[in-house]
Amino acid sequence: MLARQFDALLAAADADDGVDFDDLRVARDDDGGYTFATPEHEATNLSESELHAHADGSPYVTDWYFWEREVQRHDSPRRAFLRHAEATDDHDAAARYDALADGMVTEWGQLRIEATLADAGDGVGSADGSRRYDVRHVDDADRAVEELETYDDPLDARELAKHDDDGMYRPLKTGTNMPTGWAFHDLDWRDAVETVETLYPATVANWYRERQGRLDIDHWTDTTDRQTGIYGVVSELPREAVEWVAEAACDDSQCVKRREWQYDEGDELAADGGTGAFPCREPCSLVIAAARKWTKLEEEEPREYTVRLTPSEKEQIEGVIDAVADGRVDEIREADVYEDANRYRTRYLRAKLFDDRGNLGGVATEPEEGHGDHED
Amino acid sequence: MSQALVIVAHGSHLNPGSSAPTYDHADTIRAAGAFDEVRTGFWKEEPSLREVLRTCEADEVYVVPMFISEGYFTEQVIPRELRLDGWDVADWDSDGLSADVATYTAEDTGQTVHYCGPVGTHESMTDVLVRRAESVTNDPDVGEGFGFAVVGHGTERNENSAKAIEYHAERVRDTGRFEEVQALYMDEEPEVDDVTDYFESEDVVVVPLFVSDGFHTQEDIPEDMGLTDDYRDGYDVPAAVDGHRIWYAGAVGTESLMADVVLERAADAGADVRAAIESVRETTRVAPGADD
Repeated sequence: MLARQFDALLAAADADDGVDFDDLRVARDDDGGYTFATPEHEATNLSESELHAHADGSPYVTDWYFWEREVQRHDSPRRAFLRHAEATDDHDAAARYDALADGMVTEWGQLRIEATLADAGDGVGSADGSRRYDVRHVDDADRAVEELETYDDPLDARELAKHDDDGMYRPLKTGTNMPTGWAFHDLDWRDAVETVETLYPATVANWYRERQGRLDIDHWTDTTDRQTGIYGVVSELPREAVEWVAEAACDDSQCVKRREWQYDEGDELAADGGTGAFPCREPCSLVIAAARKWTKLEEEEPREYTVRLTPSEKEQIEGVIDAVADGRVDEIREADVYEDANRYRTRYLRAKLFDDRGNLGGVATEPEEGHGDHED
Repeated sequence: MSQALVIVAHGSHLNPGSSAPTYDHADTIRAAGAFDEVRTGFWKEEPSLREVLRTCEADEVYVVPMFISEGYFTEQVIPRELRLDGWDVADWDSDGLSADVATYTAEDTGQTVHYCGPVGTHESMTDVLVRRAESVTNDPDVGEGFGFAVVGHGTERNENSAKAIEYHAERVRDTGRFEEVQALYMDEEPEVDDVTDYFESEDVVVVPLFVSDGFHTQEDIPEDMGLTDDYRDGYDVPAAVDGHRIWYAGAVGTESLMADVVLERAADAGADVRAAIESVRETTRVAPGADD
């Protein structure tokens, strides 16, 4: 306990309401003495120096100071998030201090956030109760921080998270392709929250609203009805196709948010919303942009094509679509011709089945025009 | 009562560089310390316009659009997505160039939002255009013997787009600093393709009035002007075209002095940022060389 922490405690005890926070009670009694109470013991009629003796080394005191004099801001998302990160609802300060010594871990999407107690710097472990945080990819959980690229400015996360491990641009910050190999290490609480919010913007705010039971959800129809300009057409996408949108884009395999929006209030989509730690409160701009394309595609009338395939060729086409949809194409080994989406297998299929206009089975996509549908 | 600055921009699902200037200007302003919080929000990136206000705790928010002209985005999309209660474009009382500020309550957060006109139509944007000429030529006194072209997209969907180009071209012309000044467009006459037809001067600085570098400023315009046959091969600055030297500057929005325009917008809206404006001018006053 630092001198300023005891001074603050004394001032709070002398104030009208005293201290009544989590499992710590400190107050000035009517007779002028102090009461100091924790789950472990209670002492009354203490002099100032006796109070100091009780407070010194008490995790309840430095815990009070950290939350009430440093973090402050009751009813703020960031405070709630930090308390969530050390499970304050479930454990008292003493238990948390034991756990924080080893590190308390929270997963947030693909982030692993570890809270620890700061070392007071005197080498004897009498920490002042301030916390330090490490934010990294969950896949890097077991890696030593020295093995990772370390950062200390939360805003560096903007560039860091812009590309995936293959160097491709990530248009969706909550996509499941967060790059690995980095750590924001030894952050204070402010920078820890800022880092999380930079990597996953607005997730803390929306998670907090949800916890309070006041998450504002814009369902599919709410969001598409307000679109204008080139996105105005999206409201015409059939309900059935919205199921496919959710299945395609809003799955745990694609996005770490948990989809809370439905087709409409009281009209739930059958597609699973996922298991993300934080909610998705409306179709995102990526989904709306993709849905614009799907709306146009769904306006086309189906027609029948007669294409002759062997059973294995039909299965291969199905396998190719699966491999692309699941993002597995890059994992298929060059010589593994047992995989449907193997490059040589696919090139063979194309050589055999496509005519020189690129038409499957020699069948024109638009028979009356006699050529493929290559609008781009 | 704390005050926040929120810079809102388009962003992109395809181009990772689109948001970079917005981040850069936000960082410059953040460092100046005039606001308790400086946040960015995007139409196509995150936090979305829909959610950006809930990422700041301040009660009083100045929103500055990183857009070139008044029109669809500033008048419809941004106010709608920010949920500005009672938004009416008439509150700006603008002639298409003169929007400054209108104040609303955000429906979902209850914050007081001072919704500013776009950066592109602010008078101080003219200074940034000129600064861009200094940057690209690496000459703080550039002007004598030089022509200056302001390039805009054109009036395909928004007549105010050309107004902003004309407005700044006129203001650059009025400084008397350059031999000739011309507004040029990608999609209408006078076209940027024919840039050398419009100048007598051997040296011509060409500055696109765009927020960020992307498809148009990095691919279309350099190829249209004949700086290069294929943008992937790059081009020289200056590049020789039809007996002229074309000093192509890229998007004006990447110029660091743009941070000043954002602050000017907030100041016009009542934010107490005068000291920050001085500070930002100090940090952005050096015109970097063309190779930077």
